[in-house]
Amino acid sequence: MAVTSRRDHAVTANAAKSGLSAAAKSGAFAALVILGLCFPIVAFRTRQDVSGSGGGLVLDERWATVAVLCAIGFFARFLWLALSDQRAQAGTWVSGHLISIPERYKKIAKYTGLALLLAYPFLMVAIAGPSGAIKWIDNFGIQILIYVMLGWGLNIVVGLAGLLDLGYVAFYAVGAYSSALLATYFGFSFWLCLPLAGIFAALWGILLGFPVLRLRGDYLAIVTLAFGEIIRLVLINWVDLTGGYAGISGIPRPTFFGLPFKFGPDGFAAALGIPFSPVHRLIFFFYLILGLAALTYFVTIRLRRLPIGRAWEALREDEIACRSLGVNTVSTKLTAFSIGAMFGGFAGAFFAARQGFISPESFVFMESAVILSIVVLGGMGSQVGVAVAAAAMIGGTEILRELGFLKAVFGSGFDPAQYRMLIFGLAMVAMMVLRPRGLISNREPSIILNERKSISGAHVKEGHG
Amino acid sequence: MADASYSTTPLLSVEHLTMRFGGLVAIDNLSFDVERSAITALIGPNGAGKTTVFNCITGFYKPTSGRIVLRSDANATDQDLGRLTETGRRYKTSTQGGVYLLERMPDFEISSKAKVTRTFQNIRLFTGMTVLENLVVAQHNTLMKASGWTVLGLLGAKSFVAAEQRAVEKAKNWLERIDLVDRADDPAGDLPYGDQRRLEIARAMCTDPVLLCLDEPAAGLNPKESSDLNALLQQIRREDGTSILLIEHDMSVVMEISDHVVVLEYGRKIADSTPDRIQSDPAVIAAYLGVEDEEFEATESELDHS
Repeated sequence: MAVTSRRDHAVTANAAKSGLSAAAKSGAFAALVILGLCFPIVAFRTRQDVSGSGGGLVLDERWATVAVLCAIGFFARFLWLALSDQRAQAGTWVSGHLISIPERYKKIAKYTGLALLLAYPFLMVAIAGPSGAIKWIDNFGIQILIYVMLGWGLNIVVGLAGLLDLGYVAFYAVGAYSSALLATYFGFSFWLCLPLAGIFAALWGILLGFPVLRLRGDYLAIVTLAFGEIIRLVLINWVDLTGGYAGISGIPRPTFFGLPFKFGPDGFAAALGIPFSPVHRLIFFFYLILGLAALTYFVTIRLRRLPIGRAWEALREDEIACRSLGVNTVSTKLTAFSIGAMFGGFAGAFFAARQGFISPESFVFMESAVILSIVVLGGMGSQVGVAVAAAAMIGGTEILRELGFLKAVFGSGFDPAQYRMLIFGLAMVAMMVLRPRGLISNREPSIILNERKSISGAHVKEGHG
Repeated sequence: MADASYSTTPLLSVEHLTMRFGGLVAIDNLSFDVERSAITALIGPNGAGKTTVFNCITGFYKPTSGRIVLRSDANATDQDLGRLTETGRRYKTSTQGGVYLLERMPDFEISSKAKVTRTFQNIRLFTGMTVLENLVVAQHNTLMKASGWTVLGLLGAKSFVAAEQRAVEKAKNWLERIDLVDRADDPAGDLPYGDQRRLEIARAMCTDPVLLCLDEPAAGLNPKESSDLNALLQQIRREDGTSILLIEHDMSVVMEISDHVVVLEYGRKIADSTPDRIQSDPAVIAAYLGVEDEEFEATESELDHS
């Protein structure tokens, strides 16, 4: 007995040792890769020589920085492997599973979150004062909620119906422009423009849907991408109607049931008998987009439990089987495109009203890419995941502007906002490694017989296009 | 009435069906009938064109030529059929059912209107959806109507809630029949292979078909599962009044349950009879087992004379 146990010990010790040496090897390899990457782009820097007589370029060598980076790479990899090895031996590490939270805490977290969201603008006013709160309500609250809504809209097309749409921003643009044009040319109020913008966007959704019905996968992605670009180019070149690059300005602001947000006796503040502040309008906008996003949320939740929503998901799972069961795939796809587009249109109308000015610059491909990555990072089909991803991505980039104190550490030339895309890319890579199917990959069934069980993402298909 | 019509009009008539893929003739002038309330088997060696026939019947392929008629109205005469064919319309419904020209109809209409549903050789379940959801999706068209094309459903109308309840009841009934009630809320992709096969049949049956087309339902099943399948299919024929057309390689299934067997080889029909006669048919034996050279000559001449 004693012999075997001693042998077991020896085996474990050996395993640990070999684990450590493997980790060291892997760390060394990581350092080598970093050296290779750093050699051309970090080790040398050219600098304009202004002091000297020649005035030419000077080559600075920065081997110390390279060494530091390599060391960081080595230790990061080494520690990561060594620690995960230990955890695997202790048996506590189960990859891909989050710690399960008791149902009660989930409920508490849900309601606190909701209450915080509802009270957010007033909390900000209370903390930062009326003028200090503007930034927090506008750049964080409203901006994030717009992307949450766009994410939820695109989620219908990509997450539920499994149709990869790279041109979603086109519907956002259609909504914004139709609302802006109707308001400036015909003097329609915002409350009339909003539904019309949704209808127009839905019609364009159907228009896009028809030619792409037979396309799948990469082909569908390319055509939708082209569609987005076509819309943008039309907006740029149809100068008579859209003003081209100059865009449309002077879009009338929405009123609070007829009360405009302006200084003066007939304004909102005067009617309520409170001192005028520009933050009133932003608070109104915050609740407006919150309402619109909530509408998107509840309609989508509802649609998922209706036959049309189930048909979307079935279409994502297996189109051939859908057809064999009598599901009209043409109308199913078109409704997915049009309803997704409609919410994009609503968001566009809101965007136009909030900015008061729109131009084609706001509707570039990058926007589509951001919205799509929100959906993918959130977990395709998951509403909560998409909201969290939107908050992290949009809020994260805004936060970078607030990190001015880092200048004290890295020097005055340091601008954290410039590292936006780098951090964005790193976050993407990290997500794909750690949670390849998004933050929330489980699917909730739309109907149950006995008990609710989440469906593991491993079974859920991503659709063919 | 059903008995009287049994001998007169078949449920499905495949007439002079030809399917070419470029230069390859997959099906060559094939004609056969599927009788009402019967189980018809379509057999033949690999590559004989059985699945192509299925794809033509269920609208996944458009046949090069030929007519495929489904008569859910047993009293529809050949004259009715001729008139419908001349009009260029796809189908004609009456109170007793209807006459459908399947070669003219798109795949989803063949399921929703003509009520012909199929299963697939490689199982096509919605793996990420629960077992129950699979069966509810199969009732899409009924539920879509009940939900007022989504409008009433979005408003939460009582009539829709009741319709959905009925759909769940029906699904539950089928789950009881295939013995999967306990797994109703599990993803379909989690089921073992044999259960997936049965679930696919139940899902097809949830569309209330008059003709159920099964593409190798017994493939990959063990003898016990295979005999359960036989019982299920016979029950479907008896209790639901659904006719069955099946492709099968497992002869124990074919010979035990089918009333009628059609044998294909290289896209042509080489035999069309009852299971007993098929078993002793020299052409079928030759197609399946091959023949010695001298026997081949004899069989060949025999075939030419027949």
